[in-house]
Amino acid sequence: MTKKYTEELERGYSVSTVMEEAQRCLLCYDAPCSKACPAGTDPAKFIRSVRFRNFKGAAETIRINNALGAVCARVCPTERYCESGCSRCGIDKPIDIGGIQRFVTDFEAACGMKVLEKGAANGKRVAVVGSGPAGLQAAATLLQLGYEVEIYEKADRAGGFLRTIPEYRLPETVVDGEIERIVALGAVIHCGVDVDKAKFEELKAGYDAVLVATGVRKPMILDLFQGNPNVVSAVDLLTEIRSKHGEMNVPASALVLGGGDSAMDAATTLKMLGVKDVIEVTRNEFRASDAEKATAHEMGVITIGGYTPAAVDGKTVTFKHSRLNSELKIEAELIVVALGQNIDNELGLPVERNEVVAEGTSVDGKVFVAGDIAKGDKTVVAAVNKGKLAAYEIHNRIGG
Amino acid sequence: MVKKDLSVEFLGVHFENPFCLSSSPVGNCYEMCAKAYDEGWAGVVFKTIGPASFLIDEVSPRFDALTKEGTPFVGFKNMEQIAEHPLEQNLADLRKLKENYPDKVLIASIMGPTEEDWEELARLVTEAGADMIEMNLSCPQMTTHAMGSDVGTNAELCKSFCAAVKRGSKLPMMAKMTPNITDMVPVAKACLEGGADGIAAINTIKSVCNVDLNRKIGMPIVNGKSAISGYSGKAVKPVALRFVQQLRTGIPGVEISGIGGIETWEDAAEFLLLGSTTLQVTTSIMQYGYRIVEDMKNGLEHYMEEQGVDSLMDLIGIANGNIIPAEELDRDYVVYPEFDTEKCIGCGRCYVSCYDGAHQAISWDEENRKPSCDHNKCVGCHLCALVCPVKAIGKGEIVMKPGRKGSPADKAV
Repeated sequence: MTKKYTEELERGYSVSTVMEEAQRCLLCYDAPCSKACPAGTDPAKFIRSVRFRNFKGAAETIRINNALGAVCARVCPTERYCESGCSRCGIDKPIDIGGIQRFVTDFEAACGMKVLEKGAANGKRVAVVGSGPAGLQAAATLLQLGYEVEIYEKADRAGGFLRTIPEYRLPETVVDGEIERIVALGAVIHCGVDVDKAKFEELKAGYDAVLVATGVRKPMILDLFQGNPNVVSAVDLLTEIRSKHGEMNVPASALVLGGGDSAMDAATTLKMLGVKDVIEVTRNEFRASDAEKATAHEMGVITIGGYTPAAVDGKTVTFKHSRLNSELKIEAELIVVALGQNIDNELGLPVERNEVVAEGTSVDGKVFVAGDIAKGDKTVVAAVNKGKLAAYEIHNRIGG
Repeated sequence: MVKKDLSVEFLGVHFENPFCLSSSPVGNCYEMCAKAYDEGWAGVVFKTIGPASFLIDEVSPRFDALTKEGTPFVGFKNMEQIAEHPLEQNLADLRKLKENYPDKVLIASIMGPTEEDWEELARLVTEAGADMIEMNLSCPQMTTHAMGSDVGTNAELCKSFCAAVKRGSKLPMMAKMTPNITDMVPVAKACLEGGADGIAAINTIKSVCNVDLNRKIGMPIVNGKSAISGYSGKAVKPVALRFVQQLRTGIPGVEISGIGGIETWEDAAEFLLLGSTTLQVTTSIMQYGYRIVEDMKNGLEHYMEEQGVDSLMDLIGIANGNIIPAEELDRDYVVYPEFDTEKCIGCGRCYVSCYDGAHQAISWDEENRKPSCDHNKCVGCHLCALVCPVKAIGKGEIVMKPGRKGSPADKAV
């Protein structure tokens, strides 16, 4: 194993290298990057702060807007958002906005800065179901508005979907740090609590509002893979690997089905843990971010596009090409399925096309939704934004 | 491969190229100077030799640097004084350098508190084999007021010390000036009257480079305190060029060794064009090493090729006449900026700078992210062109101011 699973792959900036990168920024008027963040982050402002050596001011700009600023710095597909509009592209390549944000949030952590402040108590209480990015951001926003917030998490640790992202992309200390900051703000987190229908009713009765941000976690397993003992879902596999910090036995070969972020994460992680042959096959194109694709290839993952699984016999999967008259047979010890997730609607909310039906974020004025179960993009940064929107909607409806 | 004659004649001495080490930490001993010669420097001004009676006692640390964004050494602060080795050793080094490098130019920098010291040192370095003497009248960080820049602002004292040196030696001699003075010309004239053959300019500028914000102490910190000392490097180049220009216009025909922030062939060419015959370098050597001379020499040869010049001497001082008093400049016309919208990448920096720092003449098309200029408001200052990161703003239409004579076609913009 040449690269360690628990070590952050991307090297962070130092003070001098971040200044070099900030110097590349053209400090645009009416900057396009600042219009392109789904969570409303203002990169133009925090990069300008870095350029003028006001690192603490930069941290405030990021943090005031995003309780998961250090997480987003690492996992946000910036090429699709802020960096896509960067004027610097007219010269060479966009500013590494994620990298600069990471430097600033690391600086914030190193200084022990406390940017967010609890609002004056308004006597209202909100229960948040799920402690992923949407739930955490909603809690942070509500706490700043003066609400009491209690978070209910099914797993034994808070973080939700963040705990499926490999540690080499998102270190444990970063996730823990963000959660600690929100707890310090006043959030009470109850872990190991499975909110079923009965508990849900209890929460509705005991709180002024309930925000459901449980995520979309039920893996989609094609019929032909049902019951096959060699098959595992990418989300479950990644969660298990992360919970064990990569300390687990791995097979000699693995076949990963899918082309999104989870598929790419699973393939790269398996390679990193020592799986000799990792082959990733997807039906269409690989949708994962450029950085993830590059890492996977660098690690030696073989990617094949255009093939759909047609049959499976134990450890052997037969694929057919979507257009060509071509067949592919791959045998692997482990078959990892990353073809997306379905909503696990235990609470019986109205669901359409894998999203809860709501007016804005409100289901009925008492129950609200955020995160991947709510309408919109399914990225961390989108979840942060939805968490914020839900918090403001709760405030508008019940804030009095 | 370009091959041009870089040699110059300065105060009657032949230099294979104009590049010399200046008197400083970079020419502190035989080994350093020998290496510099080996790497292509034509001359060395050996670190200033003082009288045996003056004991050198340096601080630690002794340097500091001004940085900007990712750029180190924008400017450099130095607290070192003169050569720390015993007089005898310095003289022995000079002898050995001349012996082993007879074709290179060896310049001895000297400094003393009294006329007797100056005369004696001049005699000693001449005996040791120096080709030329430089009088250090300008070090701003001496621990005595009897030597250094305090002397260099006193024209009468400089004149008498120059005369003393001339009594001690017949070698060509240049007096090195301090920029810590309003007008350098009277002091330089006094030096020439006293017997100096040429002028070296500039020595370092008195400075406080940075202040440690937590400890509230200037940098570098020496047991909780700091002191004002000399500033050099790229940041001082404009100041140095100004003094060189003023010397050349104030004392027609004066021969100058130019010093101050030279690190590229372009810097070197600027000093030559403004009338420096030789060039002295320290700060960029401290940062990058003697090897920088390779690109300065080669770059200069390519420049000569482009300019159609065969001898470097043909370039010296030819820009002096193009710097004239502000009151004599042509103020009859305005040249408007011209925007190349194809090149423009839509950053809006020209708009911001024009509004906040100039005359609000640029308007901004929000949708297409493109600037346009209103000639009714534009004064032709060209701040916009300076801030444009892609050089998409050039010089456009020339318009005569109302009531002025002349034709736009005749203006060299």
